[in-house]
Amino acid sequence: MKKISKKDELDLYYSILRIRRIEEKIAKEYVNWKIRCPVHLSIGQEAIGAPLKKLFKSCKDEVVSGHRAHSHYLGKGGDLKKFICELYGKKNGSSGGKAGSMHLTDKKSGFILSSAIVGNSIPIGVGLAYSKRIKKEKGIVLIFFGDAAVETGVFFESLNFAILKKLPVIFICENNFYSVYSNMKYRQPQNRKISEMVKGIGIKTLKSNGNDPIKVFNTYCKAKDYVEELKKPIFLEFETFRHYEHCGFLKDDHLNYRKKSEINYWLKNDCLKKLQTKVNKKKLIFFEKKINKEIETAFSFAKKSKFPRNSESRKKLYA
Amino acid sequence: MPKKRIITFAEAINEGLRFSLLKNENLICFGLGVGDPKEVFGTTKNLQKQFGDQRVFDIPTSENAMTGIAIGCAINRCPVVMTHQRLDFSLLAFDQIINNAAKIFYMFNGQFTVPITLRLIVGKGWGQGPTHAQSLQSLFAHIPGLKVVMPSNPNDAKNMLIQSIKDPNPVIYIEHRWLHDQKGHVEKGFNSKKIGKANLLMKGNDITIVSNSFMTTEALIAAKILRSNGIYADLIDLCSIKPLDEKAILKSVKKTRRLIVLDDGHDFLSIASEIISIVTIKQFNNLKISPKKITMPNFPVPTGYSLTKNFYPGHKDVIKYCQNIFDKNIRYDNFSKKNFHDIPHVRFKGPF
Repeated sequence: MKKISKKDELDLYYSILRIRRIEEKIAKEYVNWKIRCPVHLSIGQEAIGAPLKKLFKSCKDEVVSGHRAHSHYLGKGGDLKKFICELYGKKNGSSGGKAGSMHLTDKKSGFILSSAIVGNSIPIGVGLAYSKRIKKEKGIVLIFFGDAAVETGVFFESLNFAILKKLPVIFICENNFYSVYSNMKYRQPQNRKISEMVKGIGIKTLKSNGNDPIKVFNTYCKAKDYVEELKKPIFLEFETFRHYEHCGFLKDDHLNYRKKSEINYWLKNDCLKKLQTKVNKKKLIFFEKKINKEIETAFSFAKKSKFPRNSESRKKLYA
Repeated sequence: MPKKRIITFAEAINEGLRFSLLKNENLICFGLGVGDPKEVFGTTKNLQKQFGDQRVFDIPTSENAMTGIAIGCAINRCPVVMTHQRLDFSLLAFDQIINNAAKIFYMFNGQFTVPITLRLIVGKGWGQGPTHAQSLQSLFAHIPGLKVVMPSNPNDAKNMLIQSIKDPNPVIYIEHRWLHDQKGHVEKGFNSKKIGKANLLMKGNDITIVSNSFMTTEALIAAKILRSNGIYADLIDLCSIKPLDEKAILKSVKKTRRLIVLDDGHDFLSIASEIISIVTIKQFNNLKISPKKITMPNFPVPTGYSLTKNFYPGHKDVIKYCQNIFDKNIRYDNFSKKNFHDIPHVRFKGPF
């Protein structure tokens, strides 16, 4: 199994920091009301998307995700400019402004697509894995979803097929304990753990603290080895926490749907803080500068970019 | 001239599938029953044997996920034909069909195509009842991004299936269970007629009859009876519901100035309603008489034998309407040799 090196740690920190700063910039710009689509920010959950490019470098390693997909897109190496343009509804956006934040794609990087309906990209990922078998293509498919997707029927159906056909899939449940404002306790039996339940249907599962970047990294390494060696799918559960509201650019803790103690616990265990001690101050300043420059460039590019012609809305309905 | 052979509608579908599987080695074909001993009424006969169980296979009873899996395969250029032995089961997959299959090409601005064909079989008779006999083409045709086809004869069944599979868009291929045993000429190979063109089956100046799928069987019976009574109809078999061959319909109505539309869907918001709306908007002044819809009533198909008597409209309704508008007495009572209304032909013994 791949062991995490000093360089990996730095890269990982950089990747997390980069996603954090991009997301914060989106939140900051949102008040100008130029980004006119829903955004589900990944702030707090970045450690899970951050190592993708490093560990699943090939574009044959493919990712699909759900509504909170920014960190997976950026972590896999999705193009930043196209992403920001897409948020602004610009012609240069990854889908020319037709898709927005909830439907991201960058095929070149291996980020295939994300979708807004909870659970509905899970079978698409499984289908991608099945098509690899037909076409004798290499690669693993990583399927990201949240704790609420585990409650959908299509989740079980997709897992069943992946297990039955022994497909090269890593299922990744990002458990942040809330479906919008609804805590797990209103949705799933309290004494039942997601990873244990899933294990019961015949798939290996690993569970880890999703806010600990090194643990997340190591879990991915184990999972990759497992899928490649045993030619079987695997299921990962990462427990984590979002800092911002479910959808939007604000924090919503004044609504009191999450306990103060819970919030404090997770903020104390923030993924960025966890790694900070491993990076010296000089590097930190360098990273911040580099990221800031990249972000400013992307945002000014997006703001300057043209909107698509109105007639585009009617185009590309049928191939 | 391509050599013509007489085979059944089910055999024609089987030929279309075999042809397509040979042509594209990435094509996958799955659905409940695809590899079982009955092989979906013979339509998937011997395909698994010939092409292996990686490409042709039976599936878990997971309609929604399997549709999503088909879409996942399709965006990676492995087209899929998925079969539902009754259309009613495809309703479990509406999320995948409407939110993914129909949207992906548009939403991602043409970066992915979704070449999937969903074969939906519509039941009728022998107590199929409320949940095994729905002909829901209107539901599918309402969704931008989907194509909907409804072949009415073996040759079209084969050609349109091949065209549906070749089409880079998601195609809803609706086949009526009562057509499976019908025989007809089927060309070897296939013709290049693309989805979206209607067939003019009979020519006449007096009235335009538009129909699709099994209703075309009824329409043909009616048009032949009318002809022997001196009323000549243009009979347009739609073949494709979406795209709709508006041109063919409008051209015909311009000539005949009268219109009947037959459709297997419930009356409210049926394909017949849409066609009549198009014709009325575009040729209001040209119509001699208000158009006629021949459709299913706005309640479910009951199960019991007695309750289904006179439930399904058909050729008699066409004749009755024509008797009225042409003020003619036309005999039609003894046309059918069947003693029972709930079977497709006299040789048939249930269940389906």
